[in-house]
Amino acid sequence: MANAITFPTLEPHQAFRLSMLLNDGRYRSYTIQIFVLMCLMLGIAWLVDNTIRNLALLGKDFSFSFLWSTAGYDINQRLIEYDTQMTHGRAALVGLLNTVVLAVLSCALATIIGVVAGVLRLSGNPIVARLTVVYVEVFRNIPLLLWILVFGAIMSEAVPAPNAFKGENATAGMILGAVAITNRGVFIPEPLFTRDLGTLNLGIVEPSLNAIAVLVVVIACVLISRVLVRHANRVQSQTGVRPVIWWKTMTVLAAPPLLLLWALGFHLGYPELRGFNFQGGFQLRNALIAMWLGLGIYTGAFIAENVRAGILAISKGQTEAAHALGLRPGKTMRLVILPQALRVIVPPLISQYLNITKNTSLGLAVGYMDLRSTLGGITINQTGRELEGMLLLMLIYLSLSLIISGSMNAYNARVGLKER
Amino acid sequence: MTERNPAFVRGEMLPAREPPAGQTGLLKLLRENFFKDWLSALLTVMSLIVSVWFVCSVFPWLFDSVWNANSLSECRQILAGAEGACFAVIRDRWTQLLFGFYPPEQYWRPVLAFALMIVALAPILFPPVPRGLLRFSVVFPGLAYWLIWGGTLWLPVVVYGGFAVGAVLLRMTGRLGAGPGAGLAIVSALTWWFVAPGPVTTVLEQLLPLSLAPVASREMGGFLLSIVIGVTGISLSLPLGIVLALGRRSKMPLVKTISVVFIEFIRGVPLITLLFTASLLLNYFLPPGTTFDLILRVIIMVTLFATAYMAEVIRGGLAALPRGQYEAAEALGLDYWKAQRLVIMPQALKISIPGIVNSFIGLFKDTTLVVFIGLLDPIALSNSIRATADWQGIYWELFIFIGALFFVFCFGMSRYSMHLERRLKTDHR
Amino acid sequence: MKKSLFLVTLGAVALLSATAIAGTLDEVKSRGKLNCGVSSGTAGFSAPDAKGVWQGFDVAFCRAVAAAVLGDPMKVEFVPTTGQTRFTALASGEIDVLSRATTWTFSRDTDLKLTFAGTNFYDGQVFLVKKELGVSSAKDLNGATVCIQSGTTTELNLAEYFRINKMTYEPVPVDSSAEGERQYQAGACDVYTSDGSNLASVRASFPNPSDHVLLPEIISKEPLGPIVRQGDEQWADIVHWTESALFAAEELGVTKANVDQLADGSDNPEINRLLGKEGDLGKMLGLDAEWARRAIAAGGNYGEIFATNLGDQTPIRLERGLNALWTKGGLMYAQPFR
Repeated sequence: MANAITFPTLEPHQAFRLSMLLNDGRYRSYTIQIFVLMCLMLGIAWLVDNTIRNLALLGKDFSFSFLWSTAGYDINQRLIEYDTQMTHGRAALVGLLNTVVLAVLSCALATIIGVVAGVLRLSGNPIVARLTVVYVEVFRNIPLLLWILVFGAIMSEAVPAPNAFKGENATAGMILGAVAITNRGVFIPEPLFTRDLGTLNLGIVEPSLNAIAVLVVVIACVLISRVLVRHANRVQSQTGVRPVIWWKTMTVLAAPPLLLLWALGFHLGYPELRGFNFQGGFQLRNALIAMWLGLGIYTGAFIAENVRAGILAISKGQTEAAHALGLRPGKTMRLVILPQALRVIVPPLISQYLNITKNTSLGLAVGYMDLRSTLGGITINQTGRELEGMLLLMLIYLSLSLIISGSMNAYNARVGLKER
Repeated sequence: MTERNPAFVRGEMLPAREPPAGQTGLLKLLRENFFKDWLSALLTVMSLIVSVWFVCSVFPWLFDSVWNANSLSECRQILAGAEGACFAVIRDRWTQLLFGFYPPEQYWRPVLAFALMIVALAPILFPPVPRGLLRFSVVFPGLAYWLIWGGTLWLPVVVYGGFAVGAVLLRMTGRLGAGPGAGLAIVSALTWWFVAPGPVTTVLEQLLPLSLAPVASREMGGFLLSIVIGVTGISLSLPLGIVLALGRRSKMPLVKTISVVFIEFIRGVPLITLLFTASLLLNYFLPPGTTFDLILRVIIMVTLFATAYMAEVIRGGLAALPRGQYEAAEALGLDYWKAQRLVIMPQALKISIPGIVNSFIGLFKDTTLVVFIGLLDPIALSNSIRATADWQGIYWELFIFIGALFFVFCFGMSRYSMHLERRLKTDHR
Repeated sequence: MKKSLFLVTLGAVALLSATAIAGTLDEVKSRGKLNCGVSSGTAGFSAPDAKGVWQGFDVAFCRAVAAAVLGDPMKVEFVPTTGQTRFTALASGEIDVLSRATTWTFSRDTDLKLTFAGTNFYDGQVFLVKKELGVSSAKDLNGATVCIQSGTTTELNLAEYFRINKMTYEPVPVDSSAEGERQYQAGACDVYTSDGSNLASVRASFPNPSDHVLLPEIISKEPLGPIVRQGDEQWADIVHWTESALFAAEELGVTKANVDQLADGSDNPEINRLLGKEGDLGKMLGLDAEWARRAIAAGGNYGEIFATNLGDQTPIRLERGLNALWTKGGLMYAQPFR
């Protein structure tokens, strides 16, 4: 009889003894947690007390008012309006935007290089596979800082100076008359409008209304064309005949933006050599390119390894099945293997994106004015506010990291295998 | 029987013919491997072009190098306008790049410590090595400290004594139960460390002097510094990482929260901000007037940094263990710590070794970031070498040397970790 | 049980906090070494040689202080600092004196709580350009790309100069002098701006220095000198008067070669007071009588230090200019030893 086994029930009125706090499994975890909490509080109190005493000794206070004083230093790459007479807070914002731009560009480059290299490493072509191995091993095993310095050096040593474009016997020329690669950066044509709609004042930033108008129209067109495609799909699934809509979608996608651009008087501004430098056009500065290449190619090597591992994790049966269906190797990879491998690849990819974001802080090595060089560098150096500045810096990086890992985790949950 | 074949049927066998030119020998090999389709062909041609271009542009410079000169200008004179590397700078300064300002007559000490480190690591990394050597691995940290920093040997001995005191007390108080016993042991060991080292070391030193010339940690630089920071950081972070990983998997909400916050905070900020904290802020957090060695501060911050990553590596190892192992340990009646010590950790750590080696490679490479706080790692030393009048203007040669050394270290380690991964994989099949 | 742990923790805390700040002089004496913050590499000012011995103008100054205080110019621990860590290293007590070509400015003196012990080098910010650009004045630099060490006062001076003159420029921030020099040589910037002394040494190291010119405009005043923590008057006095002793030595003709001979007595009472033969200046400073004699013997007087590290015999070939003695038209002026 199973019911005959009686469990020794604990007496509810058993007297509580102090030793039970340590010996009784029910209470011990509380004891430990209270103890840990006390240690933690004590530790924090100790640190805070020390900090207060140290600040008092140095005659400093704890305040973030320095963010509103005049910065006085220049930042060459600025996505929003900035000059030397603006505040340290504004300079930090410019730096933050530079950090974000660099991180986004590098993530994109690293992903492209990583996927290509990861796939090539498994290709049947021995030369290509070997070269990819060399690339991965060389980049993975040498510190990033060294690579950034090397790319910085290459960008300034191996590329012609603007002088070389000058005069009758110029030793360098612009590519297609539009792009100039110099050792001060790459100059590309910029979009210009003859009719300016002015800017939208948002307090901190003043985006140009022209850009906003173009963006809004493009997004609207894409949405409308998607509606058209969906409608065609529905008709096809109901009647079996797909209506011919390509000319409709093309018109919807192309005509309104082109009309708008024409109405605004769109033209390209080409870089031109004037005085010391190229003027006009869009300048991608050397520091940005060195950081971009350094971060992208270095991290690409890691991503290549992740991609390779992801592809190898897909069983050979999948490839064979795809081949049996008559898919060519390229299509097999694109339609069958990669989508499945993505599930294995995405989690380590997230941590590589996080690494890139954190590693943008090495920008100072080549003079890239990111958040670390502005707020965490020159501002701290000038105002002597190490404590406040570093705290702020850490908080910003932490929020960036949390945003990236949060959004990538959400994506991961979406592509994840829905198992039943 | 007469043969009555129709006219259109061939009467005799044809001899075997040579296969078409494209299907045989070298040509077939080439076609199948390198020119299978147009993409492959394109890639082959491009790779060849890139390789040839690289070799043509770099090799003349490398082979036309000068090794015997005392300054860059002398190099330029010897080269007389030709393109060539000036590796004389390496010849002149290689000891500095390796050891920093460590006293030259004492170079044998870090070298010996490095050699002993390999011996100490052998039983952990290579299974065929006899287990008995593990005892040496335990002794090694103290020995290495003594060899590198000098001073009296009795200091590490006395510090090890603290562990002995703790162990003895743990055994004596065993019947009090695990909790209080361990608490008492920790307290007594801490007390020993706070009280004993000074007087006991002095007494022992007078009885039997065993001293090496002390070397300040500021004298260390170059690869010695990178290795010291990297190795200390990783080995200290291992026990802390285990504790943190267990904390993150703990059922106690408070302990879990603290562990998660710590891990995510450290992993969310760049190492460089932690290094700046070590050099700029740590003094704010400590009692007024406390100053201690910058390298020690850096090691503390690097250890915290590595701990967070280590905890995640070990957590991965713990998660990879089948649930049955935990249940089996419980079924045997083992309590939490015993189960961890005897059943869970040995297996989890074994799975985690490749991850640990990989974090070590990462940390070792990241030690170059100390250049930003003024420590003389190889990259910072290359800057100071370029600041001397003799070598002002030299660039690539130093980078190549530093990069090559890093490559040799890291490549070796990553090969080892790959080999390990392969070995572990077969274990599980 | 828990109580005892707390007691131990508290004890540990108390033990750590017990090391209160003593006077810097006592601390240096008991340590037996002077901790001196320098740049990790600036040609002529501080850089380690092949044997790891630090050399340079800033270094020589620290050696003089060490000789005065500890009696041995080699008893110095050189702590490499970066532009960013230098003031913190000083404030935290990691270094006793900062000798790193740091400009004496109002806000550093007051807001950053530093004490400048005097100026041992008068510098000014100038521009270095290639001759082929055909620029003869800084006023022609509108639109130029300028290499500049970030985090220094030169960066602020540059921004101000161009703003005042209603010109634009494109800054290329660099991390170190060596990096700026490389960028400039490669043509990544048209102009390299920094302290005149620095640019002179940079120019001297080029394969053909005559292809480059220093523009005549000096756009800032950069009084450089050693710095100590605020609030330790005695230590500030020692550093200041060691510096003064080196100036005075040059003024009075005391050199490394003749200092021992003059210390035995001379007919100039000021030399006697300086070298400890007469009066007890050393005692007033908290040192012994021969402090200045040792400081001078360490690397010579100010003129000799300048000549060995920056002067004509060196690749830097700097002229004395403002750094000549006041008697020779410069600004170097020792306060009277009386």
